Amino acid sequence: MLDNITLLAIAPLLNVQLLLDGLFIGAIFALAAYGLALVWGVMNVKNLAQGDFVMMGGYIAFVMTKLGIHPIFGLPVAIVFMFGFGWVVYRVIIYRVIGKDLFTSLLATFGMAIVIQQLLNLIFSPDVMVAESGFAIRSYLGGMVTVADIKLISFLLAAVLAALVITFMKYSRMGQAIRATAQDPRAARVMGIDTERVYAFTFALNAAICGAAGVLISMIWVLQPFFGMTYSIRAFVIVTAAGLGNLPGVIIAGLGLGAAEQFAGFILGAELQQFTVVGLLVAILVWRQVQQSRHRQVVR
Amino acid sequence: MNTRLRRTLPYAGLLIAGIAAPFLFPDYTFQFTVLWVMILFALTWDILGGQMGYNSLGNIAFFGVGMYICAVVQIGLYYDVAQYTASYGAVKVEFTAEQYFTGLAVGLIAAGLGAVVFSVILGWVVFGLRGPYFAIGTLGVALSAGELTGAWDYVGGGGGIALPIYPGEPDDRSLFFYALCFVLAMVLFFLLRWIYLGRFGLAANAIRDDEEKAEGMGIHTMRYKTVGWAIAAFFLGISGALFGNMIGFIEPLEVAFPTVTFGLFMVVMCLLGGRGTLWGPVIGATLFHTFKEVTWTYLLGWQWVALGALIVVSVVFFQQGIVGWVKEKWPEKFGIAVDDRALAETEPDLDEAPSQRLRRQTEAAQ
Repeated sequence: MLDNITLLAIAPLLNVQLLLDGLFIGAIFALAAYGLALVWGVMNVKNLAQGDFVMMGGYIAFVMTKLGIHPIFGLPVAIVFMFGFGWVVYRVIIYRVIGKDLFTSLLATFGMAIVIQQLLNLIFSPDVMVAESGFAIRSYLGGMVTVADIKLISFLLAAVLAALVITFMKYSRMGQAIRATAQDPRAARVMGIDTERVYAFTFALNAAICGAAGVLISMIWVLQPFFGMTYSIRAFVIVTAAGLGNLPGVIIAGLGLGAAEQFAGFILGAELQQFTVVGLLVAILVWRQVQQSRHRQVVR
Repeated sequence: MNTRLRRTLPYAGLLIAGIAAPFLFPDYTFQFTVLWVMILFALTWDILGGQMGYNSLGNIAFFGVGMYICAVVQIGLYYDVAQYTASYGAVKVEFTAEQYFTGLAVGLIAAGLGAVVFSVILGWVVFGLRGPYFAIGTLGVALSAGELTGAWDYVGGGGGIALPIYPGEPDDRSLFFYALCFVLAMVLFFLLRWIYLGRFGLAANAIRDDEEKAEGMGIHTMRYKTVGWAIAAFFLGISGALFGNMIGFIEPLEVAFPTVTFGLFMVVMCLLGGRGTLWGPVIGATLFHTFKEVTWTYLLGWQWVALGALIVVSVVFFQQGIVGWVKEKWPEKFGIAVDDRALAETEPDLDEAPSQRLRRQTEAAQ
């Protein structure tokens, strides 16, 4: 472990490499986390199937490559398909969960996550897969830092998608209705907003965002039916760290988590990379609690 | 039939069924043993999840902690653990009968106590979390416990440990572990029956209904929560130690810390049977385990899909659970007097969609 740290100190460009890799993947984490924050904030549903939606999107891109189409074109397909899927899931399951206590939504989506990952496992087998983009890998800074073109492209695509979603939420009729419903569903209903439709749309939008994130993941990283859970945990880490409704926070926390994971994987070894994610979640929760207990003392 | 006899009948039935099962169906002894472990899982989860309203998703961590403590004690009493685990079970080490049983006895006690210590320390950290944060936090603890154990070479890392082999006939072995699991589950069941009837049960339900008010009434909520969790941890730790010995080979992710299988099952079994009741977890675990084994046999490949669907259906459509449903249907049998008209006015209809409720409330307000 110490050897790895000294290695980083000796070769500073290695830091750049790790940081870049972390930021590229972190942008996609942030995308999925934004979807979670949206659903959580608007209808108070904690979606543990978030990561499995991401995997579904990834497998759509994978199927596209099998059909001889470039996986980037999987992006619109995944968005449309996952939007429809999200709508159906809302109508069948989530719609009945909204009014109930908080734990119900966690468990129901956990059950959903199992069904999705097992179906993916049955269809695509548990092997690790990649949707080959076929783009070149370039070296920068005198060959010390290598960046695959597809990583840059997917980073840009993630940024464009995020910008689109933010613009949509800010200026469109539906986006305004979603934000109004998040603030006060009853008042929104009085103002003539069909909150049922808003909920369905929000959940479908979340699924579409996850699907898009999955397509990007499939090109720059790997797909495996059971990796979904880790993405769900990552999304929870990011949202709990940033707080609900804090969009810049979600983006920063997403990028930060991506970088932290790369560094931890390098310094502590690959077998502890997963632990870093869950360990960070626990650490953040404990930290929040310490903060709150200080707050409670003040109140007392 | 007088009331007293009718009251004791189900308990006697449970005991007799437990004793008779391995003799009536000797081929299924292993399945019955697992069933008792499942019942124990559901009962321990219900202490916090059902009675106190603290929905933990990470109770399985105690199971794994107990399993590993027992294994280390069993081996460590007679050999060097690091050397033993380094061979990954390739070198067969013989344990004499005396060594085996002393090791197991000491290991079981150490497993229970170790899990209690772990739960108290953990409770001190996570009990400040509320609602979904508690669930996610405990889930994180269980997942990270598994990952950490997998990276710890002293206990064999991801390769696991092969436990000492039972000195005797295979049939005796399965009966031995059946008896231990059955006795453990029964001790837990009657202990819970006793404490739910007393002060602990009342305090626990007060915490579930409104923690702030319970605290205001002078209940030491933190103490009750810690004690409840410690009881769960004690029994889970011992059951983990037994389960590990029964399987014979332990490994961090699939056997010791199976967060997304056993860790989730215990919650679902509880919800299926009816949370917050004594019999709910027992009935839920029995049904769930039967369903699981039947789908494993007849729907091979699709069993997990069926299981996930069962979870969704039971959580979304059948929230009150079997015992809860029976209680709702025939409340007189449980000594609850119901005035239907008063109930209809105060009790919200849980199946009503939020938008409908909103509309009704708006209409009522006008």
